Amino acid sequence: MTAILLQFAHILLVVALAPLVTGWVRLVKARLNGRCGPSPFQPYRDLYRLLQKEAVIAHSASWIFRAAPYVTFAAVWLAACIVPTFTTDLLLAPAADLIALVALLGLARFWTALAGMDVGTAFGGLGSSREMLIASLAEPAMLMVTFSLSLLSGSTSAAHIAAFVLSGGIGLSVSLGLALAAMVMVAIAENGRIPIDNPATHLELTMVHEAMVLEYSGRHLAMIEAAGMVRLTLFMALIGCLFMPWGMARPGADLAEIAIGLGAFLGKTFALGTVLALFETSIAKMRVFRYADFLGGALLLALLATIFHYVSEAV
Amino acid sequence: MFAHLSYDVAHLIGATVLMAGFGLLYQRRLQAVLNTFAFQALALAAAAGWQAHVQNAPHLWATAGIALVFKALLVPFALHWLVERLGIHRTVETALSIGWTMIVGVALVALSIMLVLPVTAGAAALTRESLALAMSVVLLGLLMMITRHNAVTQVVGFMALENGLILAAVSAKGMPLVVEISIAFSVLVAMILFGIFFFRIRERFDSLDVQYLETFRGDRQ
Repeated sequence: MTAILLQFAHILLVVALAPLVTGWVRLVKARLNGRCGPSPFQPYRDLYRLLQKEAVIAHSASWIFRAAPYVTFAAVWLAACIVPTFTTDLLLAPAADLIALVALLGLARFWTALAGMDVGTAFGGLGSSREMLIASLAEPAMLMVTFSLSLLSGSTSAAHIAAFVLSGGIGLSVSLGLALAAMVMVAIAENGRIPIDNPATHLELTMVHEAMVLEYSGRHLAMIEAAGMVRLTLFMALIGCLFMPWGMARPGADLAEIAIGLGAFLGKTFALGTVLALFETSIAKMRVFRYADFLGGALLLALLATIFHYVSEAV
Repeated sequence: MFAHLSYDVAHLIGATVLMAGFGLLYQRRLQAVLNTFAFQALALAAAAGWQAHVQNAPHLWATAGIALVFKALLVPFALHWLVERLGIHRTVETALSIGWTMIVGVALVALSIMLVLPVTAGAAALTRESLALAMSVVLLGLLMMITRHNAVTQVVGFMALENGLILAAVSAKGMPLVVEISIAFSVLVAMILFGIFFFRIRERFDSLDVQYLETFRGDRQ
């Protein structure tokens, strides 16, 4: 019973919090750039405004174009539902593991790329092709991280890994550190953050994600923007859950422990958002031809994590 | 519990040194390479400091200090100054594809692990894994010297190799301080010699690309 309640609370929390997290990252970035910056609640207002507006659809658009925003958002939201945030005691926790998570994110990406090509404009196709390039590099790296983590903990379930790390089963391990580094690199690529893609750009030559969704307006655009925000929160929750699950409530926790878990989750998320803003301010976007090096590096780090796992087993 | 923790922290710092070794392979701009090298030396100093704390060996604090002062500060600053003086601070190297270099790097790490673990079967666990890490760092330094064309990055590869040697030395018990200090000073002397060498190479070939050296046949042309 509590699992059902907690699951619903979790589902609502993720969606309610996502715009605030994005707004927080934007605010910190603006402050670091010496600007005043909008209030962290601005993304809520943006979404509300977009929802009020009329959706303009191109004549050449098919049903795929209309369906894509909803499918994308649903897939990302479902993915967010299975990543434990403040408690590991979730209804969906046993059913969903990290491989399912990768698949759901892949589904969302696939539909966005389809929608980018659907209208038949040059920019949409260009954005889709670049997005697929990034996906083909990021997904193997993400799966490799999953494998090295599951080798360490003996399971691919995020809740199980979190519980294992919490119980001190891993401790400080080289493999965990390497997997964290790889995971951060993948998260940057998956969210289209700065060294890979600039979320704030509208310069044609450099945009990837923006190019795909250029044709969208009104409620469709609101869904796509919201999906992007939920994805960012999801990856922060995932990094928090797998590598620093401290404070998380476990099955059978009372209200106080759940409150602690909630506070810890909020603290971790906003700390990660601050770190992300710092990182993005201090680095320049890389060339498209360097993506393979960057994400190949992530793949190799995850591979090293596996190698070192076997070394510590052998010692 | 405490012994386990000290072991894990030593590993984590060793792995940081190794990661910096990969960072050196990944970077293509000269100044970024120098910054990564300074970071590696910093991690090395931390490794030495941690070993000094764990093994209760005061002379390792001297090692840590030498690594910090000479390698993390002095050598990078000198190299930065040299690069500025030579006017090559904007150089982007495209010698060998970065991706392939990294793959070869991972293969070298696997090789050093396969080599070290069977050979040191009798040694303490702490020494064995650190030795594998240190050997990987040495091999990555060698790889960097092979794959780069620019003389400055080759020298950085040499220094990274030397970092790996020090990492191996601090994890094994009982390296005499005299040896340590003499290595540190010989690296400094090497650094000065390299500096003079850079100017000579550039004077002769108007470039620091060592490929010109390969076809050079003295004054007899």
